[in-house]
Amino acid sequence: MSFLHLAIFLPFFMAMLIPIFYRWTKQLHTGWIVLPIPVILFIYFLTFIPQTMDGVVTQTMPWIPSLGINFTVVVDGLSLLFALLITGIGSLVTFYSIFYLGKKKERLNNFYAFLFIFMTAMLGVVLSDNLVVLYLFWEMTSISSFLLIGYWYHRERSRYGARKSLLITVFGGLMLLGGILLLHLITGSFSLREIISEAALVQSSSLFIPAMIFILLGAFTKSAQVPFHIWLPDAMEAPTPVSAYLHSATMVKAGIYLVARFTPLFAMSGAWFWTISLVGIVTLFWGSITATKKTDLKAILAYSTISQLGLIMTLLGVGAAALHFDSWNDNIYIGAIVAAVFHLFNHATFKGSMFMMVGIVDHETGTRDIKRLGGLMQIMPITATIAFIGTFAMAGLPPFNGFLSKEMFFQSMVDVTSLNLFHAETWGVVLPVIAWVGSIFTFVYSLIIFFKTFGGKFKPHLLPKKPHEAPIGLLLPPMILSALVVITGLFPNLIAKPLLEPAVKSIMPSLYGTDYSIHISFWHGFTLALLMTAGVIILGMLLYKTANWWKPFISEKVPAFFRWGKAYDNGMYYMEQGSYRFTLWVMTGWLRTYLNYMLTAFIILMLGTIFATDALNFDLSAISRVTLMDYVLVLVMIVTLLGVVFSKSRITSIILLGAMGYTISIFFIVARAPDLALTQLVIETISVVLYLLVFYHLPQFSNIEEKPRWLSVKTFISIGVGLVVFLISLSAYDTTFYDSISQYYIDNTYTKAAGKNIVNVILVDFRGFDTLFETAVLAIASIGIFGMIKLRLARRGKNENK
Amino acid sequence: MIITAVLAIALFMYSVSIFLYLYRILKGPTTSDKVVALDSIGMNLVAIVALLSMLLDTSAYLDVILLIALLAFIGTVSFAKFVEKGKVIERERDN
Repeated sequence: MSFLHLAIFLPFFMAMLIPIFYRWTKQLHTGWIVLPIPVILFIYFLTFIPQTMDGVVTQTMPWIPSLGINFTVVVDGLSLLFALLITGIGSLVTFYSIFYLGKKKERLNNFYAFLFIFMTAMLGVVLSDNLVVLYLFWEMTSISSFLLIGYWYHRERSRYGARKSLLITVFGGLMLLGGILLLHLITGSFSLREIISEAALVQSSSLFIPAMIFILLGAFTKSAQVPFHIWLPDAMEAPTPVSAYLHSATMVKAGIYLVARFTPLFAMSGAWFWTISLVGIVTLFWGSITATKKTDLKAILAYSTISQLGLIMTLLGVGAAALHFDSWNDNIYIGAIVAAVFHLFNHATFKGSMFMMVGIVDHETGTRDIKRLGGLMQIMPITATIAFIGTFAMAGLPPFNGFLSKEMFFQSMVDVTSLNLFHAETWGVVLPVIAWVGSIFTFVYSLIIFFKTFGGKFKPHLLPKKPHEAPIGLLLPPMILSALVVITGLFPNLIAKPLLEPAVKSIMPSLYGTDYSIHISFWHGFTLALLMTAGVIILGMLLYKTANWWKPFISEKVPAFFRWGKAYDNGMYYMEQGSYRFTLWVMTGWLRTYLNYMLTAFIILMLGTIFATDALNFDLSAISRVTLMDYVLVLVMIVTLLGVVFSKSRITSIILLGAMGYTISIFFIVARAPDLALTQLVIETISVVLYLLVFYHLPQFSNIEEKPRWLSVKTFISIGVGLVVFLISLSAYDTTFYDSISQYYIDNTYTKAAGKNIVNVILVDFRGFDTLFETAVLAIASIGIFGMIKLRLARRGKNENK
Repeated sequence: MIITAVLAIALFMYSVSIFLYLYRILKGPTTSDKVVALDSIGMNLVAIVALLSMLLDTSAYLDVILLIALLAFIGTVSFAKFVEKGKVIERERDN
């Protein structure tokens, strides 16, 4: 247990204390009490920067050492970048939520407890080296996200969104667990670094592709990649600070983190390169197109997040190509990894500020619908400035940081076309084209967000509230983020050396110890990427102006196949309907149906086993001589049995059953078993009497005696069961591998147990335990019968008294 | 030797008679016919067990003979009471 472990669990411990603080300090907003935690953690993680510049910090705490599961925390560049984002934006979001959530209306104890559990989970995901621990925290993020989305649980949409996101992310989480177990099967280790160090072994394994698919499913569901993106827009029912924190800056990047982490392991395969690049680029395209047709600001931002996550994913996929080259200095593909890490940081900053800006607009005007908003520039100038910086960083305009990462994105996309791997030289051209078109739509929805909200005509009659500028508490966090956007836009090398470089090194571990360094230049000459940006701006402007003309085109003419959300709803509906119908069909409530199932299963399993193991054995050499007496007895039994089955009246069946029992007792006599014969006779008599008793009490109306039907399913099943049992006993008869142990009893009954009746001596002496518990069975049966009769009589008596 | 043959013949005869009684149980128009047939089967069983214990040369089955006789009697009486009164054990009047 080191201080690093404590740091991860600090928010969790705080979450446990929050209800107490909430009780005791009613006057103070709970947010103020918890705010120091993420701030302290942020400062604490800042101290790691010098150590991660060219190395890693490792701390281990044993958890289940016998299974190789230890809580190992490893801080390297990538983990640190994420940890700083989590704690930094976590502090800002906590601060923002103090002003966003009312002290009286909201259940703040729940909110901050959930939020801080999430913070611990997220820190655990990015800092864990052990994959099982990582999975644990991974599911913790899913559950805390579920709780936060359903925070206003009295709203139906919140519950729907929470359930949807839980189902999808937990599905992915379970897939991830499968991938982890496969990797463990291959390498015998749960430690991420050990597994990566055996990358060659993993790549030669036949389980390589399944493990990759499982892990990618986990990453794609969490990071809202197509077609698993559908939960993210519905997660916008959460309070806005949650959307800003979880669904733009941190949790949705967990999948990105996972892909980046596993890059050294999987990147040698073309499947990895193409899967991630294509899924990412499709997500980028689809998210940006869909964002343009939404009217709710948060929905636009949700699809924008999806699109930007797709962008980062594509960059990571393309960056995998860098691992195929030995030298680093002229390796242009590493630019994609740098761009991915840079955009990851940039997106967290500007998207966080955008969500907070939307929260302010919502808070001050009462609506988020862009059809009702407009002309807020004069009324809310500071918010408008924040929105301006955020939207144009998102659209990729200078001088904001989005411009730089977008340029690097275009540059990497252009570079792919010159790659000589995985058929990229022929098919790679798809990537820059789709990326470019997607970016145009990104520009369009960015313009929509800004100008529909802050530009145009002011429509006060449509607004539920009279709008005015937000308090400083709400404005401060997005202002800090906007300042970051501008600073990293103007001076990108401020973060390049301490943050981005170590992160790139942890994605490409072979960079450690080399003199590789990143230099992001603001002006990089007239390149194709710059021309593409110019095209994006010009075409984007045109498309924005003509939006009324083409918008119905994409919003109504989308083929039903691409309505993923509807597919989810239908899938849920039909799955529920299907299982309901299946249950109704199988579980009829009739005992005879279940008996049919069981006996059919018995026949199939037994016959299958007999034939599969070739156990059929008709060797009758050891059979004893059959006497005339045996023939006669068997004949009697067959006749009585047929009589039982085919008799018209029940009383005949009962009498014949009695006759059957007596015949069996004669069998016992012929087989020289006097004790059995005695018992059989008595028991048979008693049972026949009991049958008669039951028969007599049958109710009158259902007393119609009918003959059993011939040739139903039951006939076949009963014949089958008889046949199978016949085959089994015939085959088993001669299969004695060992001598019987009865000789011991014969020898020792008198000498050791002082008795001459072997059966009785076995029953009470050699194996008296069985007798004891059979006595117990009889006692329980009699008490049960007594209880059933007495209790029923008592109840009946009470009812009569009423 | 001759005794074995005699015993076997007797066993056969009793078996045939059990079959005839079985026919009566299956057919017998009234319940009383069936009950009487069952009682007679019991008596035949007594005889068969006796013959069998002679054949097997053992005295271990004499208990069985007594038991069959007893049970057949009890069973027939119960059936008879059931046929006549509709129940086998009557409740005490004051209960």
